[in-house]
Amino acid sequence: MFEPLKPVPRGTRVLLGTIFFVLFFAAWALVTFGGIIDPLFLKDPWYTLSIGWSLFTEFNFIEDVGITVFRVFGGFILAAVVAVPLGVAMGAFKSIEAFFEPFISFARYLPASAFIPLLILWAGVGEAQKLSVIFIGSVFQVVLMVAMIVGGTRRELVEAAYTLGADASGIVKRVMLPGAAPQIAETLRLVLGWSWTYVIVAELVGASSGIGYMIMDSQRLLDTGMMIFGIFTIGVIGLASDFMFKWVNQKLYP
Amino acid sequence: MSKLQIESVSRVFAGVRGGPPTQALEKTDLIVEDNDFITILGPSGCGKSTLLRIVAALDQPSTGRVLLDGQPVLRPGPDRGMVFQSYTLFPWLTVRENICFGLREKGMPEAGQTGIAASYIEKVGLRGFENHYPKMLSGGMQQRTALARALANDPKILLLDEPFGALDNQTRALMQELLLGIWEADRKTVLFVTHDIDESIFMANRVAVMSARPGRIKCDARIELPHPRHYTMKTSPEFSRYKAQLTEEIRAEAVKAVQQMQG
Repeated sequence: MFEPLKPVPRGTRVLLGTIFFVLFFAAWALVTFGGIIDPLFLKDPWYTLSIGWSLFTEFNFIEDVGITVFRVFGGFILAAVVAVPLGVAMGAFKSIEAFFEPFISFARYLPASAFIPLLILWAGVGEAQKLSVIFIGSVFQVVLMVAMIVGGTRRELVEAAYTLGADASGIVKRVMLPGAAPQIAETLRLVLGWSWTYVIVAELVGASSGIGYMIMDSQRLLDTGMMIFGIFTIGVIGLASDFMFKWVNQKLYP
Repeated sequence: MSKLQIESVSRVFAGVRGGPPTQALEKTDLIVEDNDFITILGPSGCGKSTLLRIVAALDQPSTGRVLLDGQPVLRPGPDRGMVFQSYTLFPWLTVRENICFGLREKGMPEAGQTGIAASYIEKVGLRGFENHYPKMLSGGMQQRTALARALANDPKILLLDEPFGALDNQTRALMQELLLGIWEADRKTVLFVTHDIDESIFMANRVAVMSARPGRIKCDARIELPHPRHYTMKTSPEFSRYKAQLTEEIRAEAVKAVQQMQG
C-alpha cells in the first residue's frame, strides 16, 4: 500500500480524495453541532450553507463573485502579456537576461500587499488599483520562471536547428517557444492560483465590492458562517479555474 | 578541388575553475574528396566529436580553419547537415514536420516541402509513420527520421556523430545498411564519427584513425572493398584483415587513453 511511486487506480484516487472531504465536513459538524465550539467563533456547516444560499438570493453575491473573477483574470492576463515575452527574451538572450535579471529578482521579493497604500494614493480605490496589486504580485514571478524554462531549452535541439539552417529568430520562434510552451502554460496555471491570494488582500482594504469585501463586511456582523462561505467560494472558483487550465493545457500539449 | 579541407585545426578548452587548459585536439589536417565516405575512428574522449563539431561550426577551432568548396566555414548552416548521437528530433513536430524543418527555414513553399519529405520518408523506410510524434518511435526510427531531416536539405556534406551509438546491435546493423544504401545510390560526401571498428570499415572508403587525447589523425587507411556492400562482407577475409590492422592501431590508443584517465 505504501510503495514509493506506485500508481493508484483512478477509482481509488477519486475515492480517497472524496473521503477526505467527507471527513473534513464530518469533523466540522461534530465540533459545531456537538457544542464543543461556541457558534460565535464557528458556525455549523448547515448554517453556513443556508447563509450562503441567502447571500446569492438576497444580497446579490454573484455580482461580488463576478467582480472578483474579473479582477483576478484582468490583472493576471495583463501580467502574462508583459511577462511572457520578456521572459522568453531573457531566456533566449543572455545579455537581456543580464540587464533585467538582478532588478526583477529584487522586485520579486517586494510583497504585493505592501504596495496597496501606495497604489491607493496613485490609482485611487477603483479597478486600476485592484488590477495593479495582482499585476505586481504575479508579473515578476512569471518573468523569472519563463526565463528559466526558455533558458533550459535542450542545447542539442538548438544545435540541430542551426545545422538545419535556422537563424536566431528561427531558433527562438520555432525551437525555444514551442519547446517551452507546455511548461509556460503550467507556470501560468500556478501563478493564477497565487493571484487569488492577492485579489482578496486587495479587496480587504479600500474596496466596496468583491468576495474579499464581503468577508470583511461579515466581520462587522460577527457572522463566521458568511466569512467561511466566502473563503470556500474562493476555493471552489480557484479549483474550477485550475481544472479548466489543466484541461486546456492537456488539449493543447498532449 | 577537394570538397572539404581541414587545415591545421586544433582546439584547446579553457581550464575549469582555474585548472589547466585541456588540449582536446592537436593540429589536424584532413582532405575530404567529393563523394568520399570517411569514418573517423577513435577511442572515447579523443576529440573526434570536437573535430566534427568544428566542421559544423558548432564549435570554433583554436587554430586553423575549415574550407567547404574552398569557402571558409564560419557559422553553422544547412550545407553541412548533421545527425547527432543523442535524439534531437523536435518533440512537438511529427515525423514529416521534422523532416520539413530545414526546408521551412529556407522558405520553401509547402507543396515542395511535402514532395521532398515524402521521398525521404520512403528512402529511410518510414512510410506510414509520417504523422507520428518522436516519442511514439523507437530509437532506430528516430535516428532514421533525423537522417532524413538532414538529407532533405540536400547538404554538401553529411556529418554524423556516432548516430547509431545509442542503438542495439541489430538495429545498428540495419541502420548501417540503410545509410550505405543511400550513399551508394546518391553518392553523398559523408564524414562519420564512430568508435566501432566494424562500423568504420563497413561504411567507409577511408578510415581516419585518431590518437588518444590530445587527438590527431595517426593513420588514414583506404578501404578497398567493392560496392554494393552486403552485410555478409563483415565475415570475409579482406574485412578481417582491415579489422586486424585497425584493431592494432586503435588498441594502442585505447590503452593510452585509459592510462591518461588513471594517471
